[in-house]
Amino acid sequence: MGLRLINLPKKFVEKLDKLSSKSIIKYGIYLTAVLLFFALILIPPILGIIIKWGTVGEIFGDAELLDRALNAIRNSFSIAVFVSALDVVAGVPMAWLITRSKSKWINILDTLADVPFIVPTAVLGYSLLLFWYKPEEISPLFTYSLVSPGWLLVALLHFTFSYPVVVRVIVGALLDYKIEYEQASRTLGAPPFTAARTVTLGIIKPSLIAAFILAFARSISETGATMMVAGVFSQNGYAKALFENGPIFIQNMKDDFYRGLRDQSIYEGATVFASLLLIVISCLVFAVIRILGGKIKLLVKRARPTLERKVSYSSAALIRNGITLLIFLAVVLIPSLFAVLPAFEALPTDALPKALSGVSPWDEYWRSLIRSYSLGVTVTVLNILMGLPMAIIIARRRLGKVSSALNVLVDIPIIVPSVALGASLRFFWKETLAFIPDILLLVFAHLAITYPYFVRSMSAAVERISLELEEASRTLGAKPLCVFRTIVFPLTKYSMFSGAIMVFTRSVSETGATLAVTQLKTAPVVLVDWVKGKIAVTPLEIGLGCGFLILISFIILLALRLVVRGKGRY
Amino acid sequence: MSSEAKEGTSMPDVRLVNVTKRFGKIVAVDNVSLHIKDKEYFSILGPSGCGKTTLLRLIAGLIEPDEGEIYIGDRLVNNVPPEDRDIGFVFQTFALFPHMNAWENVTYGPRVKGFDMKKAERIGHEVLEMVRLHERLDAFPHELSGGMMQRVAVARALAAGAKLLLLDEPLGHLDAKVRNELRYEIRRMTKDLELTAIHVTHDQSEAMAISDRIAVMKKGKVLQVGTPQELYMNPQSIFVANFIGGANFLEGFIAEATDKTATVELRGGVKVQVVNKGLSKGEKAVLAVRPEVFSIKRGESRSENSISGVVERVAFEGTNLRYEIRLDNQDLIVVVTPSLSGEWFNIGEKITVSFQPDRAHLFAYPEAGLREELAVE
Repeated sequence: MGLRLINLPKKFVEKLDKLSSKSIIKYGIYLTAVLLFFALILIPPILGIIIKWGTVGEIFGDAELLDRALNAIRNSFSIAVFVSALDVVAGVPMAWLITRSKSKWINILDTLADVPFIVPTAVLGYSLLLFWYKPEEISPLFTYSLVSPGWLLVALLHFTFSYPVVVRVIVGALLDYKIEYEQASRTLGAPPFTAARTVTLGIIKPSLIAAFILAFARSISETGATMMVAGVFSQNGYAKALFENGPIFIQNMKDDFYRGLRDQSIYEGATVFASLLLIVISCLVFAVIRILGGKIKLLVKRARPTLERKVSYSSAALIRNGITLLIFLAVVLIPSLFAVLPAFEALPTDALPKALSGVSPWDEYWRSLIRSYSLGVTVTVLNILMGLPMAIIIARRRLGKVSSALNVLVDIPIIVPSVALGASLRFFWKETLAFIPDILLLVFAHLAITYPYFVRSMSAAVERISLELEEASRTLGAKPLCVFRTIVFPLTKYSMFSGAIMVFTRSVSETGATLAVTQLKTAPVVLVDWVKGKIAVTPLEIGLGCGFLILISFIILLALRLVVRGKGRY
Repeated sequence: MSSEAKEGTSMPDVRLVNVTKRFGKIVAVDNVSLHIKDKEYFSILGPSGCGKTTLLRLIAGLIEPDEGEIYIGDRLVNNVPPEDRDIGFVFQTFALFPHMNAWENVTYGPRVKGFDMKKAERIGHEVLEMVRLHERLDAFPHELSGGMMQRVAVARALAAGAKLLLLDEPLGHLDAKVRNELRYEIRRMTKDLELTAIHVTHDQSEAMAISDRIAVMKKGKVLQVGTPQELYMNPQSIFVANFIGGANFLEGFIAEATDKTATVELRGGVKVQVVNKGLSKGEKAVLAVRPEVFSIKRGESRSENSISGVVERVAFEGTNLRYEIRLDNQDLIVVVTPSLSGEWFNIGEKITVSFQPDRAHLFAYPEAGLREELAVE
């Protein structure tokens, strides 16, 4: 039947159903969800920065450090703008190809477009480093280093991991889009290119903007993979970087502090300064996009019939599809999977038995792996418990005007760079509850980062269910919990699965906030240490470490996909 | 209409020659040939799923035929994309661009065709004049009522300057009242502008009211093409007799047959005389008699072509009275009489119904059975 969440005794379920119609219980649950959101997710990062506000002056006393911080912030934003714009420009033709092509091969392309999802970002960073910078570590066949660590390599990396997300968002928008609009445009005299430009892109513009913002936020936040390709090295004891952006600067400050090279006040001041700039400028950028986004009109007065006709038909479309596929293969797919090669090379060597036996450094690796996955599971479960009531409050406007306010507030953690969020979370909790264990800090940090994504996808799913269905169920005698069990849950469970998958993979990949919030090591952190040479390992071992991580992520995603696949899309 | 909009070259008659379109195993349009004349208001009528919308989309170029040829004017348009077919298309859902206001929607055609702004604006004003829509030009589609959306949709199609207007159930999404008003308005406009119009609908009264000619479709095939009167007076199949106007179907076999007349023995042994349409003695037959063709007399009488029965149900429909009558042979028929002239009959009353021989339509009994023949889905 699929109606029951778990096979609980019938009487017990009936009792719960009855309880759920009492407003004190119902509003109690809603209130708890709202309070937890404020107490664990929204307030701590904000207060964390305010608490340390006094230290921000420190950085102005050190001109060189200030310069370095400003330069890092500049890099962050120039890369984010460049990458997100490129993402949308390159993502539209790809999404178009996936949704409109009638070829059977397109299914394969559709699946391949998701591949970079299963590669944890830290591994992705290493993979790109190998592909673009030191392919000779893979095989003497590849001897040319195409791109050195720095701005361009970081931009390439950010493009690689945000491109699949952007393509997914646009594919979703194109699938929801009624093709009739485009047909109407064609019958009115517009060639395909003009129809796409003036009508289709015009209508899905909100999704294009959402895709841009998503890519932008990820680019500003990402730390683990960026560290891999930024070329950090030590100089005179200080961590020095060939290239720094915001998150790496914050991370370097922390490294220096923990190694006793910098005062606490300088470390905190620099962190608060950089975090604040990242947050404020991000907010400004999003505000500008929201305001300007509504005003950009894609049909500027009139069309240019002859030119647009030329780019509409066969040869032009063929060239466009060719370039799209080339970008996907050469910049996204192959670089993402490059790290798999050393993993295969390591198989016949003694690296494999050594890894499996768990001797140093593998003991730490396996511990971190277990920590990563149990953290992922914990964060996913907490998200469901806390996020589901919140999604319903927002989607069904259960709390009137409070719902509208929450609708906006829920998104705030998305625009706060995760490394800044991690740092200020640590400031807040260590100041208020000094004895709080680091593992709990880690849970809070990952929860704050993933919560908006889960609530967003669930509230969208709940909104898609007609309110009439719930009302019908009530008029037939169902109590509120029963409505949820029998109507809302069955109709949204696949969204919940995909939301859970998103939360889980995001948590397992997250590096920036993890580094900022604690010294505990998760799997991507260990890999970053290995690649940066903090621990002596061979390239084959790094490859193997990446390989295990990809393999396990792949198995988990595949298992979840099998559970979800092919079943009821209503 | 402006001179610009009339600039079209050849007069658009539309010819379909053996056109077939399949979707997987389903044959949506099955070897259809049609000739729609210049300036004609032509309807394609049929139940849902009969292929009528597919046929319209083939003409528009929104889909391509698997076989056959489509001509607009003298031009073979099989490989011509929709934007080059010089058509106007009104969608069932209107498909007004949600991100543009009414004015931008209406002037979209002239703009994408690269007309200069002044010309585009002049055409826009002219067509809006025609659909009598001057206010609310800056309103977005979601702010307009159904009737207004429909007017904008028609205006937008007209503004593109086409001589061929394709309408896909253009009134389907409107309230009954608005629907009745707008259908005459659309016809008037196409006639004023001397357009050729092809109108797809599943509503026979709509098609009858506004069409010069109608093609009735079923399961991808065109069953009959004719003026509304021809289809009503002379249906060539049981399906058309039922779909246009409706009819009672009485089963029986041919007891006597000449070239001109046939005597049909109905179930229960009653014999009636009708015009023969090539059936011979002994054949199983179906007699279609429209509800309004019967006349009713009180009591039992033994005149020609009369059958006795009992009134089982009466409904007062305003203009008409609708009787359900159980004939002596247990067949149930429907009879409609004008409510303002003639007698009224009561439930349970014994009556006799009769009809004129030339008002009934005789058909051979369908191979697949009567129920299958009448099925609309």
